[in-house]
Amino acid sequence: MSSTDTESFRDLQSAATSHRGDRIFNRTITLAAFTALIVLAGITVFLGLQTIPVLQTQGLSFLTTSIWVAPDYGIWGMLYGSVLLAVIALVIAVPVSLLLSVFMVFLAPKGVSKVLTNLVDLMAAIPSVIIGLWAFYILDPVSQEWQQLLNQYLGWIPIFKNTSGNFSGTPFTAGFVLAVMMIPIVTSVTREVLGRTPPELINAAEALGCSLWTMLRYVALPYGRGGLVGGVMLGLGRALGETIAVFFVLKIVFEPVNYYDIIESGGGSIATLIVSKFGEAAGPYEVKLLLAAGFFLFMMTLLVNVIANLIVNRTGRLQK
Amino acid sequence: MSAAEFDEMSVESMDELETSLAAEPVTPGTVEMEARDLSVWFGARKVLEGVNIRFPKNTVTALIGPSGCGKSTFIRTLNRLHELIPGAKLAGSVMYEGKDIYAPEVDPVHIRLNIGMVFQKPNPFPSMTIRGNVLSGMKLSGMKRPNHDQIVEETLTAAGLWNEVKDRLNAPAGDLSGGQQQRLVIARSLAVNPHVLLMDEPASALDPGSTLKIEETIRELRKDITIIIVTHNMQQAVRIADNTAFFLSLDGNPGRVIEQGPTTEIFGNPQDQRTLDYVNGRFG
Repeated sequence: MSSTDTESFRDLQSAATSHRGDRIFNRTITLAAFTALIVLAGITVFLGLQTIPVLQTQGLSFLTTSIWVAPDYGIWGMLYGSVLLAVIALVIAVPVSLLLSVFMVFLAPKGVSKVLTNLVDLMAAIPSVIIGLWAFYILDPVSQEWQQLLNQYLGWIPIFKNTSGNFSGTPFTAGFVLAVMMIPIVTSVTREVLGRTPPELINAAEALGCSLWTMLRYVALPYGRGGLVGGVMLGLGRALGETIAVFFVLKIVFEPVNYYDIIESGGGSIATLIVSKFGEAAGPYEVKLLLAAGFFLFMMTLLVNVIANLIVNRTGRLQK
Repeated sequence: MSAAEFDEMSVESMDELETSLAAEPVTPGTVEMEARDLSVWFGARKVLEGVNIRFPKNTVTALIGPSGCGKSTFIRTLNRLHELIPGAKLAGSVMYEGKDIYAPEVDPVHIRLNIGMVFQKPNPFPSMTIRGNVLSGMKLSGMKRPNHDQIVEETLTAAGLWNEVKDRLNAPAGDLSGGQQQRLVIARSLAVNPHVLLMDEPASALDPGSTLKIEETIRELRKDITIIIVTHNMQQAVRIADNTAFFLSLDGNPGRVIEQGPTTEIFGNPQDQRTLDYVNGRFG
């Protein structure tokens, strides 16, 4: 730095952080922030390194075929299954969560709302292995009866077709379990978002003669759109990655890939594939295969999040 | 009946009393709205007591008084917004075009569309365009009116905003300045064709230039509708109001109307010492 510089400018930046405590605090925070990045990068690199030899031996068919018999391995059915289960879970959980949070924010008396909030939060605290056991012993048998009814009355809709007569271990039941696990997460976010609708906007809508429905439709939901989608994404993340609860109720089937027969026994899920095969993996190569499957699950979750963000930005159009 | 007895009466018996007192006929075309012996509670706390005011058609009435005297609460009872607050109670009646707006058969949505409201803080819907905001009342209430383009132009013109926004009707409402947003909100209220417009300190959050524009708008609107405006700005009341009512709540008692009449009288020749003190800025 030349002497003219020091004469004309004083260094304000370093003066602002000249307090020693501040400096230590700032550096600690920065370090903590980078830790998250380092962990993420570490996982990606670790999984990526395991994936390379798998792709070298299996080629792209690792992604496009559905088989798990040495020497051929392909995870297409499992990848697809993960998405299918997540979609089923979303279809069940999102409406329930939204209605629940609308009730808590706009309809329920304060006391009731508080109790419900605590109950929903408690639901989120149930360990997934407990939910899995519940699903195995209680939900699956009951769900078989629901599915029989669905098949009986709505069987003409392709997704409710069942030719085997076996309603156990279906994508529907697994998706339902995921929905049960998503509801508390999605609800606590949507409740928070809806609760933050500015009162002056609600006032404006009331003064214009709104009903609860039109107020939600035109004011509260558009206002909280970003947060609402964020909440759903959080739930979706759990649905895609959930392992043990699904493991209890889904029958893993590689072939044929179950594309849309959601009440037919058998389906796929990457996370469940990994947990079910890992313990009995026949040698280091199969472990590598499972880690590679994990890598693609990770990539898929990332992709889903990117797509979701695009959707949010696209639908950000104003109401004319 | 003593004041204490009156206070202790239940809301139901107050209603009965009102029915018997409500025999006095209202000449249509002269009185648009009227509060009759109106008392208002939030839970157990009485915030307004025995308010009687008439609002003649096509006039501007200013409600003045120190903060916390119940003006805003009063104005919210006039279009049935008060009842949306949990624990809100009311006795007496509010007449609109000769009918009690709190009668059981009256649809509050109908009342809120006929009696529009503009709030202190400009509150356009941020997720809508300028045009979308003007037309939002129809969406929210399910009201059907043809010729949306014409409504948009007419109401924005009436609110004194048309020339500033006519080329960007599809821009977000949030792009407008505070003063413009408030005029947009006025246009939005007008789009559902109200007969009365309630304004709760509509200019208190705005700069002087925007305030003058809002006042111009109010003077223009008065030709077609009846306006009731809460204001803390004495000069504003003098500039725009035909009539003025002075509210006051003393020592934690419920707010009451101390004095009302033509604005020139209230400001030029008040009968009550407290009015004189208030309009001369000696308290408030």
